[in-house]
Amino acid sequence: MEKTFKITSPVGLHARPSTVLVAGVTPFASVIQIKYKDKTVNLKSILGVMSLGVSEGEVITIKAEGSDEEAAIAKVAELMISEGLGQEC
Amino acid sequence: MLEIRGIAVSNGIAIANAYCLVEPDLSFEKLAITDVEAEKLRFQEIIIKTKIELETIREAAKKKFGHDKAEIFSAHILVLQDPEMLSAIEGQISAGVNAEFALQETATMFIGLFESMDNEYMQERAADIRDVAKRLLANLLAIELPDYSRLSKDVIIVAEDLTPSMTAQLDKTHVKGFVTNIGGRTSHSAILARTMEIPAVVGTKIATTDIPHGARLILDGSKGTVILDATEEIAAEYLVAQEALIAERELFQQFVTAESVSADGHPVELAGNIGKPEDVENVLANGGDGIGLFRTEFLYMDRQELPTEEEQFVAYKTVLVNMGNKPTVVRTLDIGGDKELPYLTLSHEMNPFLGLRAVRLCLDQQDIFRTQLRALLRASTYGNLKIMFPMIATLDEFRQAKSLLQEEQEKLLAEGIEVARDIEIGMMVEVPSAALIADLFAKEADFLSIGTNDLIQYTLAADRMNEKVSYLYQPFHPAILRLVKMVIDAAHANGKWVGMCGEMAGDEIAVPILLALGLDEFSMSASSILRTRGQISKLSKQEMAQHLERILTFSTSAEVEQYMEKLLNLNN
Repeated sequence: MEKTFKITSPVGLHARPSTVLVAGVTPFASVIQIKYKDKTVNLKSILGVMSLGVSEGEVITIKAEGSDEEAAIAKVAELMISEGLGQEC
Repeated sequence: MLEIRGIAVSNGIAIANAYCLVEPDLSFEKLAITDVEAEKLRFQEIIIKTKIELETIREAAKKKFGHDKAEIFSAHILVLQDPEMLSAIEGQISAGVNAEFALQETATMFIGLFESMDNEYMQERAADIRDVAKRLLANLLAIELPDYSRLSKDVIIVAEDLTPSMTAQLDKTHVKGFVTNIGGRTSHSAILARTMEIPAVVGTKIATTDIPHGARLILDGSKGTVILDATEEIAAEYLVAQEALIAERELFQQFVTAESVSADGHPVELAGNIGKPEDVENVLANGGDGIGLFRTEFLYMDRQELPTEEEQFVAYKTVLVNMGNKPTVVRTLDIGGDKELPYLTLSHEMNPFLGLRAVRLCLDQQDIFRTQLRALLRASTYGNLKIMFPMIATLDEFRQAKSLLQEEQEKLLAEGIEVARDIEIGMMVEVPSAALIADLFAKEADFLSIGTNDLIQYTLAADRMNEKVSYLYQPFHPAILRLVKMVIDAAHANGKWVGMCGEMAGDEIAVPILLALGLDEFSMSASSILRTRGQISKLSKQEMAQHLERILTFSTSAEVEQYMEKLLNLNN
């Protein structure tokens, strides 16, 4: 399953916001990916996420596959709001 | 016994062992591995060991510097466990090479990826990967990395130079002094040493090559010397001198509650320079009459993103509340020049000190400026706030900065947020053009504050970071004395007050001259306030005014200094 978000954090997905996301999804068993423009990287990889260089106002898609995919997506959505990183579109 | 000479930048005597901040040798050979599984296991064990290390550092950083600064280590832990990087390393080990080589190859690849990005912030992240890879490699090689955030005994730091991020990690309770290869009176390490009230000698050129780690050192911050392998006789002399200094410091204590007034009854204001809200404590402990310079750029440094309006508001409010009725002069953001922010992409400049810095940058990137102005205005009701703009060169710049402040004030009032009335708005006089038309500025500004460090650098056209031209850093050059006199006279002719917040304001030789010139506010390192108050209490302004006539006829800096030294010796 997947969900699309618009990034609202004024610094985009810089070190701190990516730290929060990566640490939040690492415990899940599912394969979780983040897609931005034509690039897809592992959301559990901070280097991958930061290398995307996502800025404020950009749209990303989170895709999870596995036994706990629903919970993983729900966790991402929760972090996006609680940490002021983005909102669902 | 070996004596190393450098530039004396912070007074005092320290006797302790050397702590050399040097990069350890992490070289290794590429090896062919036959037992691949054992090598992978070794690597995984080192990952766990390194993670525990980083967690310990993060907890220590949290306690010492707060949650924000510790965040960087959370990012480092994630980099350490990054699945993409780990699988690439393990893939290489599977191909039959040792873990050290696999790590270096992979890290180099990732570092290259980030460095090639067209964004300075991302390029900086390459440094994070390099940091983590270095720690991992050191653990693989069983080499201990120097960890200066956890010093267990008193040391004198020996380094090429000290950067702001290095000093942010330093365990300051055990640092008794600094010795560096490069730098001058106004370099970061010098200013920090004076704030911490510990001796420092910079610009020795050879400290890191000639001083072995752990060697017993005697550091004389007044003479600018470092003694290695001192004879017993010399060591004993220094112990006595150190005790005398401590006694003198106690003597100054009587001036903590005294008024700042000359022997013939002329009052002045003796204020402190601060960089962070915590520094207020030191200013008050030294009996400061106010804060003459709050360098707000420190709120922007050593972090990953711009401070929010709320964060700044809290910082300014804290300072204002703690200062009570005493005046607090806040200087708006002075970034650019030698002070860069990793997250703010500025184009590379050939002459950064003559480029887009301070108020120029703020007028160019108004969002950043407006956020700061709003935070200041919101905090204004909590104390006696005065605001000044740095690096003003033209009247237009001053008017523009003032009108942005006005706009933000009106917006806040429209939002129903209270703002103090009649906040004094002033400016720094540190560009010669501003000093030369101080009479015009004095009509529009509520006060002027002379920033001598930059005024000297710009007037004598000498880079203050370049020790080869440090002889041109001449506070008593007749050109400087004339400019200072011009500014003070122009302000007074318009009924305005004048401060000085450069190094000169706390200089023993300069103080009598500045008193005679009629300077109203002297702002300096907190550690100089009591000595200056004691000095002024013994000086007669009228008497000094007669000497001043003589001093203004001298044609070189050396003549002024010789005259003053003689006069000070007579007075003592």
